[in-house]
Amino acid sequence: MIRKQIIMEIAVVLIVIVVMSGFKTNNVEFPVEGTYRIGDVAADINLMNTDGTMVSYSNYPDAKGFIVIFTCNTCPFAVASEDRIITLDAEFKGKGYPVIAINPNDPSVQPDDTFKLMQEKAEAKEFTFPYLYDESKTVYAQYGAKKTPHVYLLQKESEKNIVKYIGAIDDNVRNGAAVKDTFLANAVNELLGGKEVTVKETKAIGCSIKV
Amino acid sequence: MKSILLVVSFIFLFSCADKKKEAIAEQALEIAELKEEVSKNDPRLRVPSYNFEELSTLLTKDNDTAYVVNFWATWCRPCIKELPAFEKLNADYSENKVKVLLVTLDFPDKIEKQVIPFMDKNNIQSEVVLLDDPDSNSWIPKISKDWSGAIPATIIYKGKAREFYERSFTFEELETELKKIL
Repeated sequence: MIRKQIIMEIAVVLIVIVVMSGFKTNNVEFPVEGTYRIGDVAADINLMNTDGTMVSYSNYPDAKGFIVIFTCNTCPFAVASEDRIITLDAEFKGKGYPVIAINPNDPSVQPDDTFKLMQEKAEAKEFTFPYLYDESKTVYAQYGAKKTPHVYLLQKESEKNIVKYIGAIDDNVRNGAAVKDTFLANAVNELLGGKEVTVKETKAIGCSIKV
Repeated sequence: MKSILLVVSFIFLFSCADKKKEAIAEQALEIAELKEEVSKNDPRLRVPSYNFEELSTLLTKDNDTAYVVNFWATWCRPCIKELPAFEKLNADYSENKVKVLLVTLDFPDKIEKQVIPFMDKNNIQSEVVLLDDPDSNSWIPKISKDWSGAIPATIIYKGKAREFYERSFTFEELETELKKIL
């Protein structure tokens, strides 16, 4: 009787180990749902741009990676970052790291973030990068973006987009003229130089995502 | 006759002294009112500006008062929505050694034109200070390693006991959290 119980217990432990190791391999193979961390594989996106076309990472076969920025129309920190985002695209698109801007806000909660107002913003500021509408609210949640602006720098490695940097554009969201440390640009330059990103995560004040 | 004159002159003297006293008192009152007016209108007194190092003394007071510190801004919709809960907490618990501190992250050039008019319009009674320290990457992790930097965010602390929240509150939710620490 006791022997039977021991055998049962061993069997249960073995099953648990097998199941858990199965999950482990799953995590390696597929992107983790929830919040992306450094080193995670970012799933591809398929979101509508302000010009009405759908945009995916797979539309950029020659890109070395992507500067993904969750941003919006009116958050003062997002607005203060607009010119810097344009500059980042100008500097790094040609080098293989285009900017992909995504607006995660729900216009029923934040009326200034309708698709139409996004289109107006993109036109007025002459955005050179896609400004995508996360209408289903799935992308920001999958990435774990908490606020605008919130940056995810991805590098393409054997057709997968690996998260290399998460956080702020630089050390002064309010005032681009007073920036001392350009965290994001430094990270992209390190990737371009074949190096590991030294400052992988930074924090900045931003507007909470309105959903 | 002499005595009558004496009495009259006494009355006269006293009334003079009274008038003088009155005038002095009036003047003092005027000065006090003027002072109050000046401080009411001086944005630096109404919303003192601190860098993180200066602010941190307000985040680490070690006494028997519970402090509820809310990070907000006039442009932050969910922050504005939850402010009445913090105001009510400050009023309801004013005799229970509870103090609410509202730390605005508005841009410094908006204090006079946006923050103070907002405070007047909504009759904000809690203490308001400005955190003017642009390198937020250096201080956000010092407030909490769990903070992404999104606002609203709130600290509730008393002595060494401390909780950090990156979320919005209703009054009931806030009161529940406060009671845990009281």
